Amino acid sequence: MNLDKFLSEQRNTIIKKWFNCVVESYAPETSRLLQKESNQFANPVGHAILHGIQAVYDEFLQSMDYEKLTPHLDRIIRIRAVQDFSPSQAISFIFSLKQIVRDELQNRIHQHQIPSSEIAAFESKVDQLALLAFNIYTQCRERLYEVRLNEFKMRTFRLLQRANLLAEIPEWEPQSTGINHQKT
Amino acid sequence: MATVPKPNELVIDHKPPQTGWMDTPVVFRPGTWCYGAKTKNLKALDLPNPREWSPGDEDWKLPENWKEIILEGIRERLEKYRSFKIFMDICVRCGACADKCHFWIGTGDPKNMPVLRAELLRSVYRNDFTTAGKLLGKMAGARELTMDVFKEWFYYFFQCTECRRCSLFCPYGIDTAEITLMARELLNLVGCNIDWIAGPAANCFNNGNHLGIQPHAFKDMIEFFVDEIEAVNGVRVEPTFNRKGAEVLFITPSGDVFADPGTYTLMGYLMLFHEIGLDYTWSTYASEGGNFGFFTSHEMMKRLNAKMYAEAKRLGVKWILGGECGHMWRVINQYMDTMNGPADFLEVPVSPITGTRFDNARATKMTHIVEFTADLIKHGKLKLDPSRNDHHRVTYHDSCNTARGMGLMEEPRYVLKNVCNNFFEMPAGTTREQTFCCGSGSGLNTDEFMEIRMRGGLPRANAVQYVHDKHDVNMMACICAIDRAVLTASMNYWVPGVGITGVHELVGNALVMEGETERTTDLRGEPLAGMEESEDEDL
Repeated sequence: MNLDKFLSEQRNTIIKKWFNCVVESYAPETSRLLQKESNQFANPVGHAILHGIQAVYDEFLQSMDYEKLTPHLDRIIRIRAVQDFSPSQAISFIFSLKQIVRDELQNRIHQHQIPSSEIAAFESKVDQLALLAFNIYTQCRERLYEVRLNEFKMRTFRLLQRANLLAEIPEWEPQSTGINHQKT
Repeated sequence: MATVPKPNELVIDHKPPQTGWMDTPVVFRPGTWCYGAKTKNLKALDLPNPREWSPGDEDWKLPENWKEIILEGIRERLEKYRSFKIFMDICVRCGACADKCHFWIGTGDPKNMPVLRAELLRSVYRNDFTTAGKLLGKMAGARELTMDVFKEWFYYFFQCTECRRCSLFCPYGIDTAEITLMARELLNLVGCNIDWIAGPAANCFNNGNHLGIQPHAFKDMIEFFVDEIEAVNGVRVEPTFNRKGAEVLFITPSGDVFADPGTYTLMGYLMLFHEIGLDYTWSTYASEGGNFGFFTSHEMMKRLNAKMYAEAKRLGVKWILGGECGHMWRVINQYMDTMNGPADFLEVPVSPITGTRFDNARATKMTHIVEFTADLIKHGKLKLDPSRNDHHRVTYHDSCNTARGMGLMEEPRYVLKNVCNNFFEMPAGTTREQTFCCGSGSGLNTDEFMEIRMRGGLPRANAVQYVHDKHDVNMMACICAIDRAVLTASMNYWVPGVGITGVHELVGNALVMEGETERTTDLRGEPLAGMEESEDEDL
C-alpha cells in the first residue's frame, strides 16, 4: 500500500486525533470548550485550530507549497505565540503528527507494508513543516515587540512635538539661508 | 563528556499541570503582569504602603499585619456594600459566565473564567466569614488567605477588564466587575496597585489629567489642532478655555488631546462645535474625562469625578457635554449621582440648536456627544458629504462601557450611517450588549502587558477578521479613548490592514463647513477617494 493513499483515506481520523492532541495542551476545562463549541465567534481558538490543521493537512498531502501552508499555520501559531507556552510547546503539535500517523499505521495495517522510504519521506516533510512553524512563531513574537514599541512611540510623539523637543530633519529640502557653512 | 539524553527525555511535555486550581500557584512570567505602583504615585494619592516593589519579586514588602488588614477590609466592605455580600453568597457555579470572558477565550487559563476568578476571593470569604467554610474548610470551597493566594488575586484581578460581558449571562445578575472592583480595593489597602493606574490617577488628581499636562500646555496642544484643521479645509475654529458663563462645558479624555488616532477625533469635535456655533468652553483643570480612580477604589473614583462637577460650578455653565470616552460614561451613568450628586446647580441638557431636551441626563446633567450629534443630524442641522469617507470601509466596535454600561447602541450607528457610505456590522453575538472587550480596558493598557492584552483582544479581533475578509473592512470606529489606543495595537498584531478611528473623526471628514476650501484630504492628511491624483500633482 502507498502511504499517500493511506493518509488520504484516514484523513478524518488523523485530523481528529491531531486536533485532540493540540487542544489537550490546554487545561481540561479549556480543552472541553475548544472541542465542543462550534460557533467560531464564541470559540475562536478551537475554530482556528480545527480549520487550521484541516487546511494544513490537505495542503501537506498535496504540494507542500510553503506559500499556501503559511496562512493556515499562521492562524494557529499566531494564537499560541501569545499564550502561556514556551516556544517548543507552542509548535510541538507539528511533531505530534508523526506519532499519530505511526499509531494509525500500526492499528490499521502492518507498518512494514509501507516502504520505509515513504515513511522517512513523510517524516522529513513533517520536519519541514516544523521549520516553517518556527519561522512563523518567530515572526509573531517579533511583531508582538514591534507593536509594543510602536505603541510606546505613538504615546509620546505628539507631546514631544508640541513641547518643541523634536528637531527632526524635515521631509523637504530647506531653501538656502545664505549662510556659508564651509570652512574658510 | 556530554551526557546523551535518553529518548524519553527528549519528549516535550505539552500538557498542563494536573494539580487542582487551589493548589496551583501563579508563575509571574514577564509580559503577564503590570508594573507595581511607584512610591511617588501612591504617596500623591495618600494610598497605604508606598514603597519600591515589583510583582516579579519574591518579597512584595507588605506590612507585617497585611493579612489582618485584608480580612478587616473584606469585613468592612461586606457591611458597607450589600451587593458585595450577595455576590459572595449567591453564585451556584452554574458556569453560564465561564466561556463569555474574552480573557478565558484568549488565554485558555481556567482561572480567567469569571466564576473561578471570583472564586479566588470567595474561597477566602468562605474560610473566614461563613460557618460552613470555618467548619468544613476545603470541602466547602474555603481556603486560607496566604501570600500565594494574595499574589494570585493581584495576577487575575488585573486580568479582568471589568467589561461585564459575563454579567449579561449570569442568571443571578452577579456583576463580576463589582467583584473585581472590590478585589482591587483590597489589594490597594496594602499598596498593591499597578503603576499604569496609580500614575494616571495621581497625575489627574494633581494636574487634572492622566499625563499631568499643565494648563498652558493643554491649551497649546488644542491650538495646534486648530492649525491642523485650517491646513485641511481653510477654516479657523476658535475654541475658548476656562470661560465663565459659557453655556456648555466640554470634557473629553485627555487621550484625544495627545494620542493618535484620538487627536483626529478631537479635530472632529472642534469642527462640529464651530460649525453649529455652540457656546462652549474647555477647562484646563477638568482636562480629563477618564477616571482611573474607578480602577482603584470607590473613594478615588468619587474624588476624581468630583472635579468635573466642581469645574462646571466654578465656570457657571448650564450643562456638561462629554466626548467619546468609555469608563467616564460608566462612572457618570452608574455611580456619579449617588457619589457626587445631585448636580442641582446645573440644568437638564437642552440642545441650543435643536431644542431637544435630554431627559435621560436629567440626573447627571451630562450628555454624550454621540447623542448630541445624532440629534443634530436627525434635525437636519448638519451638511454632510459622506463620500469624503469613501476611502474607508467601516465597522463599529461597541465599547463595553457605553454599550453595556449605558445602553448607547443606536446613536453611534445612526451617526456612522450618515457620515459614511460603507458600513458593515460585525457578526451577532460580538456587538451591542454582547460586545467583546478591546482586551485592555480598566487600566490594563500598558505596554509591558502586551502579551496578555493580545490574548484578551483575540475574540474582538476574530470578529474584525471576519468582516475584513468578507467585506474588505479597513477601518473600525469606536467611541472610547482606550479603545482607540489599544485596538490600534491589537489590529497591528491580529488583523493588519484595519485602522482605528473615533466616530467624530468621520464626522469631521464628512462635515461641510461654511467657508471651507476644497477638501482633498481627510483629517489625517490622506487623500480622499478620487483625489489621489491631485495629491500627486501637488507633489
